[in-house]
Amino acid sequence: MALIKAQNITKDYQTEDVVVHALQDVDFEIEPASFVSFVGPSGSGKTTILNLIGCLDKPSAGSLQVADTDVGSLGRKESAAFRGKHLGFIFQDFNLIPVLTVYENIEYPLIMVQSIAPQERKERISRMLAAVGMTDQAHKYPHQISGGQKQRVAVARALVTNPSLVLADEPTANLDSQTAYAVIGLMKKMRDDFGTTFIFSTHDTKIVGEAEVIFRLEDGKLTAKEMKGGAKS
Amino acid sequence: MMNLFKIAIRNLIRYKRRTLLTASLITIGVVFVLVFVSITGSFKAMMIGQITDSMLGHLQIHRKGYVASIDNLPLNLNMKPKAYAKISTVLGATPEVEAYSPRLKFGGMFSNFTETTNIRLNGVYPDREFQTVPLLTSRIPEGKKTLSRGEILIPTLLAKGLKVKLGDTVVIVATNADGSVNGKQFIVSGILESATGPGGRDGYMHIEDAAEVLRMPEPEVSEVAIRLKNFGLLPKAVKQLEGKLADAVNKEGKPMFEVHAWEQLSPFFNIARMIDVMTFFIKIMLIAIVLISIMNVMIMAVYERIREIGTIAAIGTLPGRIRSMFIIEGLCLGVVGAIIGDLIGIAVVVVINLVGIHFDFGQQKGLLLKAALQPSDLLIISVIVILVAVVASLQPAFKASKMEPIEALRHV
Repeated sequence: MALIKAQNITKDYQTEDVVVHALQDVDFEIEPASFVSFVGPSGSGKTTILNLIGCLDKPSAGSLQVADTDVGSLGRKESAAFRGKHLGFIFQDFNLIPVLTVYENIEYPLIMVQSIAPQERKERISRMLAAVGMTDQAHKYPHQISGGQKQRVAVARALVTNPSLVLADEPTANLDSQTAYAVIGLMKKMRDDFGTTFIFSTHDTKIVGEAEVIFRLEDGKLTAKEMKGGAKS
Repeated sequence: MMNLFKIAIRNLIRYKRRTLLTASLITIGVVFVLVFVSITGSFKAMMIGQITDSMLGHLQIHRKGYVASIDNLPLNLNMKPKAYAKISTVLGATPEVEAYSPRLKFGGMFSNFTETTNIRLNGVYPDREFQTVPLLTSRIPEGKKTLSRGEILIPTLLAKGLKVKLGDTVVIVATNADGSVNGKQFIVSGILESATGPGGRDGYMHIEDAAEVLRMPEPEVSEVAIRLKNFGLLPKAVKQLEGKLADAVNKEGKPMFEVHAWEQLSPFFNIARMIDVMTFFIKIMLIAIVLISIMNVMIMAVYERIREIGTIAAIGTLPGRIRSMFIIEGLCLGVVGAIIGDLIGIAVVVVINLVGIHFDFGQQKGLLLKAALQPSDLLIISVIVILVAVVASLQPAFKASKMEPIEALRHV
């Protein structure tokens, strides 16, 4: 059964005089434990799709089911609770909380979102720190580590709550190519280890190749779906 | 909850200079209010103590209508011995009463045999008077601190004006209740310093001498001054005595006696009220300082951390938690400002007392101000500051919690 099912999703933004059609009649399905990328030029609708899947925005029309939930119908508080329970986020600018250490940043969603007991919290954080190779840096603050390390912490923070889906909007845009590959590799390894579905957006053609399922977008329309190995639909 | 405090404190430390400035502003406000409250409160307490302990007593009982005509010292509104006996019984059975003193008040002529002037006099039982108004003896810089039959204590201005010294013989002449005039010689046994307020320039003699001057077969009583064991119980004691004396009625069926607390007898009460009003407005100023400074700093904190708010909202932090983060930040600022302000305020009050501030009040010269801070003052001001800090944080906190994560994340 699909983890995400989108049917005829449309998203319009009303500016002062003009209606911008960010997405038009987009249909797709994403299976659990997939490694998926939305690709397209700037303004093609990649971020909009990720925002809709992440319950940060609502479709203007169409139906969007994520983990058997119609996310378009959720209220503000329900959306927050849904995100906390099912989703993990990785941001282009890492968005770590600057006043918290690496350890505390990973701990944050376990305390403030999921209220996990201290012992289990400790075990999960240690596991995540080891998985992303940041155990030695756990006591450091974000300004004391590199961009690649920050994104590793962000990956750990996204995964520590055991989400069924992690959304990453341009996760490598602020990284050099070597670090970008390392981060994508880490995400893929996490998918393999934890069975979490990863969806990321990118316009970097080299990085796109790392995805197993690629959705191509252009002017708000889904133009192609490519499977690893060259299959197209 | 501990994590919310940890994040709040770290965010405050993150903007050190701003936090320091805001906390300093709150601290200065708290110190200012505490010093003001301690000085004015001490001044008020001292003056009330002077007035009640050297003249008025904590409360007084009069025959109904006497206080309305007190400027004339009407002899026809004195209490007869039987009426006083009733009051005496009631006061004797009231455990809150520490001491009471019956007074026979009258106006007369004072003569040193070459000059004559008018004088207001209190006929008292000296021992009972000194128990009821214990500071009266401290107003006698010259002469005995006692009063025997045939002796008189006269106010200092009168002594200076008529050049009367200790041990001089003087004559008191007074009109009696029946309209006749009588006179009697007295020895000046003491000179009384003037005190501020009604009765502050009165003379004193033994009540039996007063009755003799006024040709009363038994001393009548104009007023009964009362001292309570606990001044704080004054309103309760007034009510209690009014209740106990309510059954004493005159021929018209109206209450025979009136009970007055010192506030109703001294104009200083208006000054005391003015001090309270000023203290109230000073507190309002403190509230304004805390409100504006914390609101300002919290609004800035929200604007500076919009992306952070977007991030924590995106990863599932509920709006209530986001709200709490900012409220706790304001709370911490208020608590820090209040605690430091309290400590500095206490230190300033200690320094004021070590230095010693003297002041004059009316005829009283060189009074030493003993600034004192009550724990209740510290508590009330701290609670006000902390509550206002929380209130000031509410608007920015609500703003943060209502932010759409998608818009907050886009913020540059």
